[in-house]
Amino acid sequence: MKNIIQKLSVALFTVGIAAPAIAGSITVKGSDTLVILAQKWAEVYMGAHADVKIQVTGGGTGTGFAALQNQTTDLCDASRKAKAAEIANCIKAFNKRPTEYKVALDGLSVYVSADNPLKELTVAQVGDIFTGRLTNWKQVGGADAPITLYSRENSSGTYEFFKENVLKGADFAASAQTMPGTAAILQAVAKDKNGIGYGGAAYGAGAKHLGIKRDDSSPAIDPTEENVIAGKYPIWRYLFIYVNPALDKGEVAAYLNWIRSDDGQKVVKDVGYFPLPKNLRE
Amino acid sequence: MQAPTTKENRPHGWLGIHRGHRARPLEWCAEKFIFLVSLSAIAVVLLIFVFVAREALPVFFGQTNTALIQPVIPPGQLDKLSPAQIQEYLALTPKQFAAMDKETLRTLMDVKVEAANEVPAQFRDDPDAKRNTTEWNLMVQPHQWHGYAKPEYIWQPVGEIKKFNLVPLLIGTLKVTLIGLLFAVPLAVGAAIYVSQLARPRVREVIKPVIEMLSGIPSVVVGFFALLAMATFLQNLCGYQTRLNAFVAGLALGFAVIPVVFSIAEDALTSVPRAYTQAALALGASRWQTAWQIVLPAALPGVFAATVLGFGRAIGETMIVLMVCSASVVSWNVFDSARSITTTIAAEMAEAVSGGPHYRILFMLGALLFAATFVSNMVGEYVIHRFKHKLEGKR
Repeated sequence: MKNIIQKLSVALFTVGIAAPAIAGSITVKGSDTLVILAQKWAEVYMGAHADVKIQVTGGGTGTGFAALQNQTTDLCDASRKAKAAEIANCIKAFNKRPTEYKVALDGLSVYVSADNPLKELTVAQVGDIFTGRLTNWKQVGGADAPITLYSRENSSGTYEFFKENVLKGADFAASAQTMPGTAAILQAVAKDKNGIGYGGAAYGAGAKHLGIKRDDSSPAIDPTEENVIAGKYPIWRYLFIYVNPALDKGEVAAYLNWIRSDDGQKVVKDVGYFPLPKNLRE
Repeated sequence: MQAPTTKENRPHGWLGIHRGHRARPLEWCAEKFIFLVSLSAIAVVLLIFVFVAREALPVFFGQTNTALIQPVIPPGQLDKLSPAQIQEYLALTPKQFAAMDKETLRTLMDVKVEAANEVPAQFRDDPDAKRNTTEWNLMVQPHQWHGYAKPEYIWQPVGEIKKFNLVPLLIGTLKVTLIGLLFAVPLAVGAAIYVSQLARPRVREVIKPVIEMLSGIPSVVVGFFALLAMATFLQNLCGYQTRLNAFVAGLALGFAVIPVVFSIAEDALTSVPRAYTQAALALGASRWQTAWQIVLPAALPGVFAATVLGFGRAIGETMIVLMVCSASVVSWNVFDSARSITTTIAAEMAEAVSGGPHYRILFMLGALLFAATFVSNMVGEYVIHRFKHKLEGKR
């Protein structure tokens, strides 16, 4: 009996302190865009370091920041920069700004159905299509058919990035159908010959992506690795990891360094995102 | 032999313990435990409502502010401000304020300046940037937003200027719910009439459980089926423009509503006294005439209650609508898309900044929905209760 109580109390004790950050255990939470990559990183890293446990969950960039400020996660994956309000909340919670690490590059592809004869669009045209100013494919040199818009849920970091950088802050057309993920957008665009959608490059396989022109006079660029890394492809972004500076030591710091090392960046490539050029690895 | 215990002769002791109980303490414990569990169900419903309403209250009182451009105080003036001013400017609670040193406060003030600098140039002169978009008139009336041709109802809660008009969501919810009911109620009531009045017992034994089994299909599976199979099929059949629209969502929703309406309507029709049917048949009415003209009118309150409960089920259903359609358009056209309140909450809650205006408005929508389903369920239950009593000849 005594033995059982002892075991129980030990078990309870472990559960009690297992919550955040004990040595050898790292929790990661945040962007759904980054979740495939973060899981792969964790898998490879744990394979090489048997004593470290890494738990990865998604939920969205905003969820990640909420968890970071409540100190229920060690690392926060983000597919956009932290907003001032989120930084302020972090300062209120742990008196310091969260440290920002750039961990990968991502090019956003614009997808259309394989039946669509169109090959390229300018950034401005893509913006006008998604704000509803252009409503027919013939206005951009395609067939005479109305355009159906497929967008992400507004909880997604990809949505916000696209709104800020391609739509220049304007609202998406009300008729844009919001889909619960990039895979769902691809699925819908594949089934709809008048459809257009956008999403991370990692999902690109199996869909027809358009070449994107920076403006009318520049050439159309495909979202390939060299184009994104060289900054030629116009719709690209950094992917970030944020961390509470008080926790950025020991295992966590070693893991973050590994992510930005050649080994970590090789994983980025395997998953379908783009590795950081050497000069950006800080 | 002991006299049977009736209401009159049952001895009442302390906490309801009486002789019978003393002999069987385990039964007494079980009884009290079950009583506590049912009490806790009531408590949980109340607690949920209190929690949802509490999170939504600042919206009702107009305490949220979403103005993009807000006054900025240069960080250098920190020393000149009184503690109360600092707390108000930085939105700190007294406890947070007490725990902070000068350095942290200064960083927070720097962040405020950064936030102001983050505002893109094209919004600096926008008249909407200075407005608090969570005012009630902006949330229910059309507004002439900068960059739009005419006043419009817009739900765009994420972006530089956040637009929280509720009208697209209300229209979307009602549109999908009504399509679902229009599809489901006639089918379900028809099936209920057939099963309870016309079908042979062997047929009834098969049909009834099969229809009720529909409610066992997880709604996410129904949504998945609608998204992949029904949408394409219906588009080929009807030839409309938007593949994923309120019509598809409504039909899929029908699958969730049919079993609810069917089983309550069937119950109501079956509980019409046998004597009614026998009298009608004896007077020479056909079975169909009996079912349509005698039994259905007698059971009408029950069928009405079934519809009301079906409405409650339809308006609260999330996954089916979320998977099939979600564009926040203002249009009563059934072949346009729609965005329901449940979809909005499910899709946006994860990213809403906890305690922020978007978060609070989502909670307010939740409270609205809770009230709507609560009232419809109350009405439904009340009508059924009255109906049963009437048929049994009680008052």
